[in-house]
Amino acid sequence: MSFFDYFRANKKKSAVVAKERLQIIVAHERGLRHSNFDFLPKLQQELLAVVRKYVQIEDDQIKISVEKDGDCEVLELNIALPEVDDRP
Amino acid sequence: MSRIIVVTSGKGGVGKTTTSAAFATGLALRGHSTVVIDFDVGLRNLDLIMGCERRVVYDFINVINGEGNLNQALIKDKRVENLYVLPASQTRDKDALTLKGVEQVLAALSERFEFIVCDSPAGIEHGALMAMHFADEAIIVTNPEVSSVRDSDRIIGLLSSKTRRAIQGDTPVREHLLLTRYVPRRVQSGDMLSAQDVQEILAIPLIGIIPESTAVLQASNAGEPITLDSDTDAGQAYLDVVARFLGEDRPIRMFSGKKGLFSRLFGN
Ligand SMILES: Nc1ncnc2c1ncn2[C@@H]1O[C@H](COP(=O)(O)OP(=O)(O)OP(=O)(O)O)[C@@H](O)[C@H]1O
Ligand SMILES: [Mg+2]
Repeated sequence: MSFFDYFRANKKKSAVVAKERLQIIVAHERGLRHSNFDFLPKLQQELLAVVRKYVQIEDDQIKISVEKDGDCEVLELNIALPEVDDRP
Repeated sequence: MSRIIVVTSGKGGVGKTTTSAAFATGLALRGHSTVVIDFDVGLRNLDLIMGCERRVVYDFINVINGEGNLNQALIKDKRVENLYVLPASQTRDKDALTLKGVEQVLAALSERFEFIVCDSPAGIEHGALMAMHFADEAIIVTNPEVSSVRDSDRIIGLLSSKTRRAIQGDTPVREHLLLTRYVPRRVQSGDMLSAQDVQEILAIPLIGIIPESTAVLQASNAGEPITLDSDTDAGQAYLDVVARFLGEDRPIRMFSGKKGLFSRLFGN
């Protein structure tokens, strides 16, 4: 095996990369479709506005996700509050 | 009872119109009365591919609006018995295609034709939704390429949620995956997704593979649906698709397992 063949053999074929990327994105998008949770980004924005009435938080301090747990779907909401002495 | 088949894809330019023309012509060649409808309002092209562009007088929207009747709008093919084309309108008002209007026209066509083939516009907007709404079956035209596969998956999502069958809870629209512009040599060398790869990702039954073929361009130049020329690779592949659609068992050419016919013949 020549020097160049060695690298070519190790480099994934582009069709393999395409398939892996498609499997991931398609599974993700199907998940959103089937659980009817495509409103999540909007919900996140609105929650952020409500929380900010009481506590000043940054955009990235609120995390929202849907996890599938068997037949059950769990909507997980995570709000990181600022450190106590940072509060006004 | 007639069967309504939508030819759809999400992504543009993958071969829907080529497929609609070839498939409808193939059905008619097999003796089934067939009409093919152009749903691409504003971008009429099926007439060109079918070679009847100079015979368009009234169109789909005219019929919906009662400006002309169905018999005036339907164009009878001069080469094949029992084949008709209903051209799209060149109007820029896409909303002219109403659900009620489409339903009425399809109901009238159902009285006369065994098969109604709907050539969908690209996208996932109004026109594409209208084209798929009343479908019994769908041919999802896909190229072995990432964006086309992803868009096909979105279309599959719409077929199972936005169509009449989905909304009324009837048996779902029957889906068929059609791979077009396939290059076995590139699949072989690992630069193109294989039919198996695409079929695994989309998880719907494969009805055929159409090779990338210079004959398709030539056929469109001449306004001859490719199925009229059974000597060509693509024409033959489309005729096979028609046969499978009609329930015949035809092995998929050019492809079995990971290797194409080419590589099996020349063994590498
Ligand atoms: N199997 C094939 N081999 C080679 N060229 C092809 C093949 N199928 C389609 N084409 C070409 O691809 C182009 C697009 O085809 P076509 O118009 O059928 O696509 P479409 O999906 O209807 O496009 P649009 O989304 O704009 O309606 C045309 O130039 C056509 O000749
Ligand atoms: Mg088209």
